[in-house]
Amino acid sequence: MNIKVAGENALIIYFGEKTDPATSAKVQQAVTILEKELAEQLIDMVPSYASLLVIYDMLRCDHLEIRSQLRKLLGQLEESSAISGKIVTLPAYYSTESGPDLEALATRAQLNIEEVIKIHSDMEYRVYAIGFAPGFAYLGEVDPRIAAPRLSTPRQKVPKGAVAIADQQTAVYPAVSPGGWNLIGLCPAPMFDPKAEPTMPVQVGDRVKFEPINREQFIALGGQL
Amino acid sequence: MSGFKVLQPGLLTLIQDAGRFGHHRIGLTTGGPLDAQAFKWANRLLGNALNSTLLEVSIGGLVLESEVDTHLVVTGAEMPLKINGVEQDRWHAHHIHQGDRIELGFSTQGARAYLAVTNGFNVEHSFSSSSTVSREGIGGLNGGKLQQGDYLRCEPDTQGQAFRLAEHHRPSYTDNISLRVITGYQEQAFSDLDKRMFFSSEYEVTNRADRMGYRLSGPEIKASMDGILSEGICHGAIQIPADGQPIVLLNDRQTIGGYPKIGSMISLDTARLAQQLPGSTVSFEEISIDEAHNLHCLAHVKFERTTPENIGK
Repeated sequence: MNIKVAGENALIIYFGEKTDPATSAKVQQAVTILEKELAEQLIDMVPSYASLLVIYDMLRCDHLEIRSQLRKLLGQLEESSAISGKIVTLPAYYSTESGPDLEALATRAQLNIEEVIKIHSDMEYRVYAIGFAPGFAYLGEVDPRIAAPRLSTPRQKVPKGAVAIADQQTAVYPAVSPGGWNLIGLCPAPMFDPKAEPTMPVQVGDRVKFEPINREQFIALGGQL
Repeated sequence: MSGFKVLQPGLLTLIQDAGRFGHHRIGLTTGGPLDAQAFKWANRLLGNALNSTLLEVSIGGLVLESEVDTHLVVTGAEMPLKINGVEQDRWHAHHIHQGDRIELGFSTQGARAYLAVTNGFNVEHSFSSSSTVSREGIGGLNGGKLQQGDYLRCEPDTQGQAFRLAEHHRPSYTDNISLRVITGYQEQAFSDLDKRMFFSSEYEVTNRADRMGYRLSGPEIKASMDGILSEGICHGAIQIPADGQPIVLLNDRQTIGGYPKIGSMISLDTARLAQQLPGSTVSFEEISIDEAHNLHCLAHVKFERTTPENIGK
């Protein structure tokens, strides 16, 4: 466990350096403990793959006090097996029409487009984190053959439902937003609805599979191009 | 029902309270006022709870018509305030009658003004806050900016509390400012030379500057890595994408991201940055987290101890 300064009222705890279910489970454990033990001093937390951002109230405590609490409370997290959640299937219309980076990604990977689609949809992914935008679920891990770095300049506008890859992560953009991931398709299923209960179809720890659909199915499911 | 009719919404007017906290885990950002100092003063000058719902007016151009007797105040950027065509003092609560026309002109200095009424506007909370985050479609009246024809509900003022902040306590929103930054996150991924360059150069606010983040342009800074495992982003974090141009992440930022970060700006200074318009220049100054903590506490005490002049009945 490595604690670093993030900002004036935020520390970030690193539980590991890579994506794996055991590290992810530690992050989840830490969230549960801190929520109970830091209640008054805590403003918010952002769990992710291998880290937890802890935001505290500067008028109640300082970074030294929080650091010592974190060491005390989280010093002995157990190696537990990752709890696996439900399986969620998401439809995806993969094409050059719905995925403007699909062709470039295939060329880079020295594969054809059909192979990229098959590799992406064959894998079962784990929900490692939710963030960036409401309902944005970070899924891992993508087969290294189709992993691709983020765009050097992020797009100003990525469409709602965009299925995307960044390094070995994949995700569905829940709403129109800026973003630097490689876009390979579109998913017509809503990923976030504040009026629905639950607000999201997935939560951290769930597993996700993509099911390729064609243009007609995409339109029939309410998709828009 | 009493309140204000929106005759002209202005370029970007948003309903805000202090922000949305405790919902980062489903990806909700904080929202809330970009200039928390001017926001707090607006509520304080009416004797409101400091978290009361008000309007953040960016650039200007807002026109309201009152259908209520209350008090109203404008703080923040220098947008001329007119009540029934007569220019009035800002940072100063005014008695408003039914039928009054309130106009906020375009800013001559600064970018964000705060318009508050006694006890705040009545706006339904989503996820424990009224703050509007357009990118998320959450908060405000309909998840977006104010529209012509919107109705801002509020109760008539029966208390009559009204204050005025003395001129020497009012901030000025000049450009060419130095902004204080705590190094952190992936700071070790930046060479000493790059850090020196970052802290000794001038950067310009580009036109890609909004409530999500301010993109700056200036000498390129390079991290030793292109991307990192996505992690939580705090308010004020300074992200350096592969093009080497810093982005200061503000209230509507994404909660998680994978670009390396050199550190974070203190909130007293993100408030000043958010008052800057494209083309203005800024520079950075490195401070420690302990200094940042002290500055925050001092600013809090100063706010508490500054007594505005009581002009109520």
